[in-house]
Amino acid sequence: MGDRPAKARGEARASDGNGPREQAGGFRRVAIGTTWVWLLVFALVPNLLVVAVSLLERGEHEFVHLVLSTDSYVRLLDPLYAGVFWSSFRLAAIATLVCLLIAYPFALALARAPLRWRPALLALVVIPFWTSSLVRTYALVILIKTEGLLNAVLLGAGFVDEPLEILYTELAVLIGFVYTELPFMVLPLYAAMEKLDWRLVEAARDLGAGAWSVLWRVLVPLTLPGIIAGAMLVFLPALGMFYVADVLGGAKELLIGNLIRDQFLSARDWPFGAAASVVVTLLMAALIGVYALSQRRLDAKGAP
Amino acid sequence: MAETVVELRSVTKRYGRQIVLEGVDLAIRRGEFLTLLGPSGCGKTTILRLIAGFEAPTAGEVWLEGVDVTALPPNSRQVNTVFQSYALFPHLSVFDNVAFGPRLAGDRGAALERKVRETLATVQLEDYAERRPSQLSGGQQQRVAIARAIVNHPSVLLLDEPLSALDYKLRKAMQIELKQLQRRLGITFVFVTHDQEEALSMSDRIVVLDAGRIQQIGSPRSIYETPANLFVAGFVGEINLLPALVQEVADAGLDITIEGHRMRLPQATAIKTVPRAGEAVYVGVRPEDLRIWRDVEVTDALRPSLFPAVIDEVIYKGSTVDLQVRLPASGTRLSTTQFFNEDDPAITELDFAAGERVYVSWVPGWEVVLPHG
Repeated sequence: MGDRPAKARGEARASDGNGPREQAGGFRRVAIGTTWVWLLVFALVPNLLVVAVSLLERGEHEFVHLVLSTDSYVRLLDPLYAGVFWSSFRLAAIATLVCLLIAYPFALALARAPLRWRPALLALVVIPFWTSSLVRTYALVILIKTEGLLNAVLLGAGFVDEPLEILYTELAVLIGFVYTELPFMVLPLYAAMEKLDWRLVEAARDLGAGAWSVLWRVLVPLTLPGIIAGAMLVFLPALGMFYVADVLGGAKELLIGNLIRDQFLSARDWPFGAAASVVVTLLMAALIGVYALSQRRLDAKGAP
Repeated sequence: MAETVVELRSVTKRYGRQIVLEGVDLAIRRGEFLTLLGPSGCGKTTILRLIAGFEAPTAGEVWLEGVDVTALPPNSRQVNTVFQSYALFPHLSVFDNVAFGPRLAGDRGAALERKVRETLATVQLEDYAERRPSQLSGGQQQRVAIARAIVNHPSVLLLDEPLSALDYKLRKAMQIELKQLQRRLGITFVFVTHDQEEALSMSDRIVVLDAGRIQQIGSPRSIYETPANLFVAGFVGEINLLPALVQEVADAGLDITIEGHRMRLPQATAIKTVPRAGEAVYVGVRPEDLRIWRDVEVTDALRPSLFPAVIDEVIYKGSTVDLQVRLPASGTRLSTTQFFNEDDPAITELDFAAGERVYVSWVPGWEVVLPHG
């Protein structure tokens, strides 16, 4: 992640060398200009509107009252909402950890697979993206519901005596998160492992390292950028995926995403929903900031 | 006979249909500097990887310190490797790279610190302990790789073309340093290279490999002076091969015809397998063993024993002058190396010219007779 700006700069410079200079310059201006306009209109302005709304009062007839107020933020301090934040972060963290535990060996196998197999295996990771994640979440319902496929198989094989009650529990939400987010963990890990010099693993084995020592002393430190990138890609969206909690958790699990959605769509309390959004955004920004800082410190230490 | 540290017993290695090694028997002696020499693809690196444990033989056994280790993984073998690419851990400092093995063996604290510092001092890197590998030059990285391996006091140190990435001068310096290090530590070195000069200058014994088979095992001198076959003769050093026909095999020597001359090669001639009368062979002579005579030096009595030749090319090399000559009778080309000789006024200047008519000879007994491959 840290090297992205440098790479973009390199590409821009490369495009300078191609074709007539003026034309390349024109293309560059259009490409960069479009991106800026896009970000301005669809990211900055909406976010500023959200910040603005969060500092207004709730209106009876219109959505907001044009009176400055910090009431919404004060209400967020209510232990009830702190609990929602806490359980959301906890669930997202567990989902991230589970994704990491599943994706790490998977990416390892992928990176070590014969070269001609890898495109097919990678395609298997990516193919689920072709279907809407909402549709896939509903498909999960069919799998894990009480009279669903999973229970039919488990009962038939005699592993359980009565059907497992998974649907509409926290576990169901967790399964939904992990299932939806897994590719976002696999791909950065695979990218990190594909670049790895496997002779280093041989060197470690040569120096007496068993499988665990190779993992902890060589593989994990060298794939850390991939682990962190994957964790961010899983953790941050998991905070906002309200539909997974809706479909799989029923009404039982109230997560931040659902809270915000409800404020806007059913409770009609825009300022409060906006305030919650702002807080979540700030927390995410803080996380990214910590990550960037740790990366910079790592670079300063002279890491590869 | 010195004690054997590593032994390969009729080792064969195949990848699918491709045969990498076939029926290799090799006993490596304790404390020796053994070089595996051969062209790329000859199987020399595979032998190293078999000893290290990165590969398992298709057939045969690997013994280490009197124990069959064929089925043991690399981390259970008292063997360490200096990799061609060094394979230093980029996320660890020089100190931590060297401490990698000792830490796994359970060393901690002051004992670990002393061990690592001492080893870094051995390779003259004590001031670089806190650096990262990426902040070191190629030569320094090479030393770290060596330190990281020898700190574990292995039974055998395996070196996989460790000098190939260094420039010429540094390579020469490291050759001497490695040799001194090996003597000082008394560790058995198994060194892989495709550079015959490197092999000759560093080794106690050389194993010449080609196409997965051992061609010859011997001291650098015996490999160079009495090559076992055409491959060894051609791969180790430069050699001129003259087609010859054996006329008579006698106790006193070998009667042959060569370039229309009949010659008697004395018993001293290096022959691994004695040819039969009537057999076609090659007579091999090293360039530095060929003597060039100028017309003025040759007496009538001497003339019949010399081969007339024409100079094609004169190459000035500083300490020597290399001449490419052609025998007009057969068209055979020979390369010769002439040393400046202060005592011989005729060739002091070595001012030969292309096209000049000269004579070629060698001291009988300095040649090798090689059967057709």
